Amino acid sequence: MPVIMVGIVLFGIWRKTALFDSFAAGAKEGLVSLWSIAPSLIGLVVGVTMLEASGFFSLVSEWLSPICQWCGFPAELVPLGLMRPVTGSGSFAMLNTILEQYGADSFIGKAASVMAGSTETTFYAVTVYYGAVGLKKTRYTIPAAVLADMTGMLLAVGTVRWLS
Amino acid sequence: MLNVLWFGMIIVSFLCSLLTGRIEALSSAAAAGADKAIQLLIAMAGVMCLWSGMMRIAQQSGLTKIIARVLSPVLCRLMPDYDRDSKAMQAVCANVTANILGLGNAATPLGILAMKEMQKENLHPAQPNRSMILFVILNTASVQIIPSTIAALRQAAGSTQPYAILVPVWLSSFGALAVGVTAAMCLSRRSGKQRAIGHKTGGRLLRNG
Repeated sequence: MPVIMVGIVLFGIWRKTALFDSFAAGAKEGLVSLWSIAPSLIGLVVGVTMLEASGFFSLVSEWLSPICQWCGFPAELVPLGLMRPVTGSGSFAMLNTILEQYGADSFIGKAASVMAGSTETTFYAVTVYYGAVGLKKTRYTIPAAVLADMTGMLLAVGTVRWLS
Repeated sequence: MLNVLWFGMIIVSFLCSLLTGRIEALSSAAAAGADKAIQLLIAMAGVMCLWSGMMRIAQQSGLTKIIARVLSPVLCRLMPDYDRDSKAMQAVCANVTANILGLGNAATPLGILAMKEMQKENLHPAQPNRSMILFVILNTASVQIIPSTIAALRQAAGSTQPYAILVPVWLSSFGALAVGVTAAMCLSRRSGKQRAIGHKTGGRLLRNG
């Protein structure tokens, strides 16, 4: 991680970039994007916290645990997997709940982080991009994208299991 | 979609708390959740700004152009309906590079621009062509150097190794992308064949009937 930072800074110096000005401009952009996700994040963290307090997640993982045990996918991660393709803020809220409950450095915590980090809000992206050019037909976009998401989620659990 | 989802979350949690007898826990959870969201935003802000600052340096110093130059042959092969020098292809390269650097705010407008340029030369404007579909699939995958939001969340949750997930994230997202692209190519070949056959037999049927 520090290697990437040093690499970027060295490259910037070599190319005679105004390092600090660029950094500040980018950091401001970061604040702007946080500001723009804040309202939906608040709404969805409330929703996820309520679901978690109501015992819904433990019920779901209890129901699903026989199937999940059979295919080796942790039942605790199923709600996150269902949320991830639909809403970014919602899945970050869910990931935060998982990290609090199981610990960020536990197997479940790491696998959940990798799951959320290696997939995107598929349905949102499809809606935005096709919507922008007024296309209603998506042909085989959804099947291919959902297959990719499922692969990413299985690989997330697999890679965390192998590498740690 | 979010309207329904949010409504569902609240109703399901209410019903579920009646079932499990946790109605009191639920009432405090709503307020606690709103509180937690703000704490989370504050806790994430530093790390997210750090990375968006670093990635802006990468962008300004021309690293983006180098990445775009490396990617452009690959992207051209994946989207054969557009020329390498076309406006559409340039927007595609810029969008994919912004995604890799994790510049979400820059990536979406560039992606929309790319879709608009691609649609201009779309032979069947009522439906996306194979290149447009592949482009959307590239955007539903999440190949990026630093998953900064996730790292920020992990840091906020007190992780001792917030970046321990880097290599698994790279492997998983790349694997997912490979499967998505392969699936798209197989499906495009199949639907292309079906359409060709459909045209032939359809025409013959019309003539004979």
